[in-house]
Amino acid sequence: MVIFSWLADFIAYRLFHLDEATRLGEAVHFFIEDVTKIYVLLVLMIYVISFLRAGLNTDKVRSYLSGKHRFAGYTIAAGFGAVTPFCSCSSIPLFLGFTSARIPLGITMAFLITSPMINEVALVLLGSLLGLKFMIIYTVTGLIAGIAGGAFIDLIRAERLLMPIGRQALAYGEAGAASIASQELKRKLTGMQRHQFAVEEFTTIFKRIWIWVLLGVGLGAFLHGYIPEGYLENFLSGGDWWSVPAAVVVGIPLYANASGIIPAAQSLIAKGLPVGTTLAFMMSVVAASFPEFTMLRQVMKPKLLLIFFLMLLVFFTLAGWLFNILI
Amino acid sequence: MKIEILGGGCARCAQLYGSTQKAVGSAGLDAEVIKDENFETIIKYGITSTPALVVDGVVKSSGKVLRPAEIISLLNG
Repeated sequence: MVIFSWLADFIAYRLFHLDEATRLGEAVHFFIEDVTKIYVLLVLMIYVISFLRAGLNTDKVRSYLSGKHRFAGYTIAAGFGAVTPFCSCSSIPLFLGFTSARIPLGITMAFLITSPMINEVALVLLGSLLGLKFMIIYTVTGLIAGIAGGAFIDLIRAERLLMPIGRQALAYGEAGAASIASQELKRKLTGMQRHQFAVEEFTTIFKRIWIWVLLGVGLGAFLHGYIPEGYLENFLSGGDWWSVPAAVVVGIPLYANASGIIPAAQSLIAKGLPVGTTLAFMMSVVAASFPEFTMLRQVMKPKLLLIFFLMLLVFFTLAGWLFNILI
Repeated sequence: MKIEILGGGCARCAQLYGSTQKAVGSAGLDAEVIKDENFETIIKYGITSTPALVVDGVVKSSGKVLRPAEIISLLNG
């Protein structure tokens, strides 16, 4: 990682003739070092992960999950959620497709909760900006959120709270009418096809996120250079019990992906926001959003949406409190 | 031939619809291209991600925006 620091030295101090001791110099250096490091790691990680997961799609996940025992199902679904890329625009077809294949609602929800939270982009950002320990904590918490959330949804028998179209999907499943007939279910991929897929994946993902990384790190660089260390501690000390749920309530409706929020989180921690509070805020921003709720509104009754919201609120708050105490 | 593009109002669905029309046009096929945003159809075909391309009632592809050339080879194959 020294090479990125060296590159930033060169650009900020030699090319732009900025003074190392000034705030501007420090902020620019921070920005260049982080952006170049993250971009390079992202290129590598997205390529490698895409190469490995080429051929895995939601159809395969579904055929794998259908007929699994419930408790194994939650865990496997959360795991698949982590490795499958997710777009909130796909949540309705996924929901309907899984439900009509007789996959219990909770297992589908486990997938839907984990999928936006954990992916290679989030892992690269967490690992390089906040460290390995934080990355592991985030991943484990995200998986548990999916598993626990899914189990809870089944426990309250949430099928009762589906909109007519959701019930229709259920009915299809019970009648055994849903055809799990995808052309690609059994297709074997060659190395070349995997490579092509990985390049394509990489291009689409990178196109979508590069600007967010830039903005997130830019905000981080600003905070880094211009706000004194520990500044936020004055406002949000870890002692205030309500600061965690407040951060979660603000975070859930917000719409941002991991690529924008994680770089900013790094600076928030450095400026004194407690780790648990930051983690809780980050997760609630990434896991759910107002647009996703309006999407899910089409298949779920308002009551179920409210339960979903409260469930995330309680879980992220508990996680935030726990990490504020532990770390 | 009847080609259905399934998926409710997402940007990628519109892209697939566009490239399918292009494919049909450039290959000079006698095909009817329909956009279907109805969730019931999605359930019926058992699709898990959109946009999906259905040709004469058979799901040929889902969750992908295909290029016109790929669509032509799917239609021929």
